[in-house]
Amino acid sequence: MRNGFAVFFAVLIALGGSWLGFVVAPAIQLGKAKQAVILNSADTWPLQRTGDATLGLQIYRANGCAACHTEQIRQDGVAAEITLTGLGNSKPDDFKAFVQSLFVLPELVKVTNNLAATLQDWKGDLPATILTTDDRAVAEAMADRLKAAGVKSETHIVATGEDIPRWGIRRSVAADFLYDDPVQLGSLRVGPDLAGVGARLPDANWQLQHLYAPKLSVTNSAMPSFKFLFDVRKTGSAPSPDALNLPKEFAPAAGCEVVPKPEAKELVAYLLSLRADAPLYEAPFTPVISAKP
Amino acid sequence: MNPAETDQVCTAKIDASCRVPLLALFGGAALWLVVGLLLALLASLTFHAPEMFAACPFATYGHLAPAANDLLVYGFAIPAALGVMLWIFARLSQAELVLPILPIAAANFWHLGVFIGLITILCGGSSGFTWLEFPRAAAMLLGVAFVLIAISAVGTFGQRKERELYPSHWFLLAALLWFPWIYSAANLFLVTPTPVRGVTQAVINWWFANNLVFVWLALVGVGIAFYFLPKLSGRPLQSRFYALFAFWTLILFGAWTGIPQGAPVPAWLPALSAVASVLLVVPLLAIEIVACRTAWGSVRSKWDNGSFCFISSGVDFFFISGLLLVAEACPQFSRVLEFTWFGVAQVQLQILGFSAMILSGAIYEILPRVMAAELPFKGFVKAQFFLSIFGVALFVIPLAVAGVKQGRAAYDPAAAKLWLMISTTGLLCLLLGSLLLAANIFVMTMKWKLALAKTVIAYIKSPLEAPEKISEVKP
Repeated sequence: MRNGFAVFFAVLIALGGSWLGFVVAPAIQLGKAKQAVILNSADTWPLQRTGDATLGLQIYRANGCAACHTEQIRQDGVAAEITLTGLGNSKPDDFKAFVQSLFVLPELVKVTNNLAATLQDWKGDLPATILTTDDRAVAEAMADRLKAAGVKSETHIVATGEDIPRWGIRRSVAADFLYDDPVQLGSLRVGPDLAGVGARLPDANWQLQHLYAPKLSVTNSAMPSFKFLFDVRKTGSAPSPDALNLPKEFAPAAGCEVVPKPEAKELVAYLLSLRADAPLYEAPFTPVISAKP
Repeated sequence: MNPAETDQVCTAKIDASCRVPLLALFGGAALWLVVGLLLALLASLTFHAPEMFAACPFATYGHLAPAANDLLVYGFAIPAALGVMLWIFARLSQAELVLPILPIAAANFWHLGVFIGLITILCGGSSGFTWLEFPRAAAMLLGVAFVLIAISAVGTFGQRKERELYPSHWFLLAALLWFPWIYSAANLFLVTPTPVRGVTQAVINWWFANNLVFVWLALVGVGIAFYFLPKLSGRPLQSRFYALFAFWTLILFGAWTGIPQGAPVPAWLPALSAVASVLLVVPLLAIEIVACRTAWGSVRSKWDNGSFCFISSGVDFFFISGLLLVAEACPQFSRVLEFTWFGVAQVQLQILGFSAMILSGAIYEILPRVMAAELPFKGFVKAQFFLSIFGVALFVIPLAVAGVKQGRAAYDPAAAKLWLMISTTGLLCLLLGSLLLAANIFVMTMKWKLALAKTVIAYIKSPLEAPEKISEVKP
């Protein structure tokens, strides 16, 4: 390269390409995104946050919570789960014999070992998940056979992966962050992922206690205490209804109570608004209402 | 080497023209390096005792860690790199710095911007975007300062006698164009009253973060190394063709890396990014080959030179840091490594291992020349070198191990705790090393200022005593 213009054009091509690809293209593809429709429902996703939760997002930002927490659940794939809900007229042993008679079918060869292992431990309690497979054809074949035999079963689509169901029931998708500003996905899990924390730990009092004294509920927590989001004050004649209920070792001096400041309540409102629990086109699953124990 | 550089007549004048701008840039940079490492050390103490700073809101990990990172990159790496770049441009052009007042003003704007940014982050005013935490006011100051320095740099570049570009020119000029583009684009899309919506914010943030911390630091680091390695080892760059190849592949592939694999974004983004990351092995190898072939052929005594040790090890650290980046992007490894300390290890190796080492080496080489004086503490160079090597090893290796352990143990915080505690000692070594650099720069600046003050006082006093002696007062 002989002069400065050559370098200029090199940068124009290299950085311009990546600018078009990673800045302009996503802005076009996602910039006009609207609320998504929840599967098998007329409702839309995500919900607009309440005022408190919107303010809480700013508390989350100001305290740099994203330095230690992610808001993205990963998923390997989906699986079909066949759950037995009723045996009709047959007894558990008859059912086991019936399933064993299906093992010769070519479409079920892949899952015979799993089925046999599951049924060996099964004592006849209902509902029971007898088969989990990522092969749709297998799941459909099995469900058809069960139906033909007069056994009641439900087929659920479930998300699979290391993060599931530990931190959420499905992966995070772009639609979840429509109302976030700033979007704080985080890149380091010193603490747990929070994308589904509102569904996982929905008790606001638990969240407040955890912010005040992390070691109270999680013994080996690495989280610093956020005591500066709380007021410790004299109980006086009119105790605050908001005061935290703390065990002795974490409680303040006698005659004092710990009252969350508005910031703490807003932060908790934000945390509880993080749910990621609606089935969407790009992250399908069957919402479980009653079938699971 | 650039043949035009053989002319030594005006070298002293060229060096002198860089003196004040470089002192302004390096002085602030050294200060921010010390403060940044201090904040990083405080943040690291959180792992030993999480409750330590519970009472003060501005000292929680979430405040200290981004502040420390920003100080290391915006406070130290960028101004120091710009200073070195100005000097290299002046030397390669065989011309005095054009409009030296611009970089002097810019250095003050820049460091003021960093100061505003630091205070804002500690007070909870961070924008919430990684590497873009600074508020708009600070970002504007940084942008203006960068453009001012770029004007002076490009002006000096235009004065060159030898029209053919030297390989360092490509890398450094590209860096000059790179930063305004990414910084303005990211700030205009994200840190405004009307940012883009939804997860696009995260994509642009990753694009910026990677282009700043990986590509920009790589461009200036490699550009500086390609200037100093031939000088210090007494051999020409081996070879120009490899360097050209490295330059093109680095900017073509590097610009597309950085989107994490599990991100909740359209799948083509992480897929494209993974391909680019794996291809990044090509420029990494090319740069390492150029550096090794240039440095190996000469006599062993070059290791006596502290700057050579710094720059040569810096290039090796870049190679390792790049390989860590590639490992992170491979889908089969990213399942374990994503969201762990491994990513932090890579970024810190890039900043403190690669960038800071090369810049420290370059500063030690440049300072005595532009000041026309010996370093006040020559022994500190080697001492800082060994402290940096130990520091980087003790900081980055435990973090990487912590990352793997954490990923294997399904993000159990207990799995990484011991290793995080070890990493604190590495930061302590790095902090001590940075104090040595700061001591050299500050003592040198003070000596120069005292000499200047003496001259001025002598000048003021002299007419009263003996007017004919004015001409004898030496600066």
